[in-house]
Amino acid sequence: MKFKIILIFLLINAQFLLAAEKKIDPNEIHKNLRCLVCQGQSISDSNSDFAQTIKLVVKDLIKEGKTEKEIYSFMSDKYGEWIIFKPQLNIHNSLLWFLPYIILILGGFFLFNLIKKRQ
Amino acid sequence: MQNIIKIIIFLIFFFIISVFYISLTRETNYDTSNLINKKITEFKVINADETGFYTRDDLKKNDFTLINFWASWCAPCKVEHPILMRLSKSKKLKILGVNFKDKDKQAKKFLSDLGNPYDFLAKDINGKQSVSLGIYGIPESILINNELLIMQKFVGPLSLDDYNKIEELIK
Repeated sequence: MKFKIILIFLLINAQFLLAAEKKIDPNEIHKNLRCLVCQGQSISDSNSDFAQTIKLVVKDLIKEGKTEKEIYSFMSDKYGEWIIFKPQLNIHNSLLWFLPYIILILGGFFLFNLIKKRQ
Repeated sequence: MQNIIKIIIFLIFFFIISVFYISLTRETNYDTSNLINKKITEFKVINADETGFYTRDDLKKNDFTLINFWASWCAPCKVEHPILMRLSKSKKLKILGVNFKDKDKQAKKFLSDLGNPYDFLAKDINGKQSVSLGIYGIPESILINNELLIMQKFVGPLSLDDYNKIEELIK
């Protein structure tokens, strides 16, 4: 019985334990950062001087124990939101995030009404 | 019903055209204007002879400081050098030169050939310090006041217009 309880406890907490163990992959961050001096390349793709410097800084920030979110926040603070490929959810681009869902719902209603009328 | 559909199609078309128009005409290059009036929160560069560091406390001692990132291998840095020499004569302004990813010997030769406009000389060996000031290429210069607020940021070589602007700002 005790063994079962321990097993259930471990299973429930496994994801938290794994999350704590999970290391930040610098390459994932590099892929999401824009090389400001290159044409449409990410920091990961580029070998420019700027990209190399950013890679060093990202490495340092990870060493300091910063989270992925904190690293993006640091970068956008220094270079503006433009440096991050994936747009952050804020008031300026909320439409970008929610418009597809709004269109999907409105489209659903529209189709539903259309089918209902035809029937 | 058909009219409503026509209006919806028109609105969608109008929306798509608007999005394209705004996106294609918008300035997407790195813009430094968001840094103006921001406070420098972290700053620590090693001085040129590696005997100590320049920190935020050192910058607070000056009324105005122009932090100039330069290197001997950077051709536009030679272009802006006469402007820096003129600015060095200003009593209210101190210039901190940060030698960026450069070799000591070449940096010294650059200054002995063209003159040394810097009140303080530091170096950023691997470029990491430049990131804390949002630098992405050199030359770049940042004018700050004694409250460590960024008053202006100049990307590229300083021009005569920039010189006049700096003189105006530090009056």
